[in-house]
Amino acid sequence: MVKINGEEQAVAGQTVAEYLEKAGYCRTRVAVERNGEIIPKAEYDHTVLNEGDAVEVVSFVGGG
Amino acid sequence: MIPTEEAMYRALEERHGKELQKRFASASVAVCGLGGLGSHIAFALARVGIGRLILIDFDKVEITNLNRQQYKADQIGLDKTEALKRNLKEIAPYVQTETFCEKLTEKNIPELLKEADIVCEAFDDPESKALLTDTVLSLMKEKYLVAASGMAGLESGNIICTRKITDHFYLCGDGVSEVTDGMGLVSARVMLCAAHQAHMVLRILAGRYDA
Repeated sequence: MVKINGEEQAVAGQTVAEYLEKAGYCRTRVAVERNGEIIPKAEYDHTVLNEGDAVEVVSFVGGG
Repeated sequence: MIPTEEAMYRALEERHGKELQKRFASASVAVCGLGGLGSHIAFALARVGIGRLILIDFDKVEITNLNRQQYKADQIGLDKTEALKRNLKEIAPYVQTETFCEKLTEKNIPELLKEADIVCEAFDDPESKALLTDTVLSLMKEKYLVAASGMAGLESGNIICTRKITDHFYLCGDGVSEVTDGMGLVSARVMLCAAHQAHMVLRILAGRYDA
């Protein structure tokens, strides 16, 4: 299981890009943190989520 | 008459203490985007005596900005960088500013932000927010980033908060309230979020790293 934004999800083995797409996130509007580190956008396609990872997807909305 | 630099510095020391004022005075903080968030962040930082502000925006002041941004009606048409610099100097005449009237890109971010200890993300557009966040946190790991997401409309001010995402990444806002066709940014609520950002900058400089 991977903990994403506080919820356990059965997504271990998926890449970050796959997870974001399936979960409906737009990858150009998020930042992804895993186990305390930011995953650079250029690495979403080949970064695989591992069992036990704690992930936070930060979504940016318009306004500022 | 404008007070001397020494007199203003002493007044700040009285408020904040010598040690903290020294930290504020020797800090460089970048404000990326000088709209509702960035113009207020810059005011708060200039008032406490942050030594150097790096101000970045490619826009000009428009009539639609005056509902929430720190500009004046007679500044419509000026570059925001220039207008804000003037307004800041009226309240903090000795603040050092560096202005860049250009759009931040993956290419120029490392160069334009290289002198900053802390970077405030204060853009309007979500893709620009994500790009700056990704670039600073991936390529400039020694810097702190204080970003914002979700502060539009008339929801309660009490749900605007600061969260620490990583050791170098803080996020302010309610996370969800975006600008829509029917509801834009409302002055006081944007100021709340800007105040969260500016306050987190000061806490980082004071060595208080929890949100």
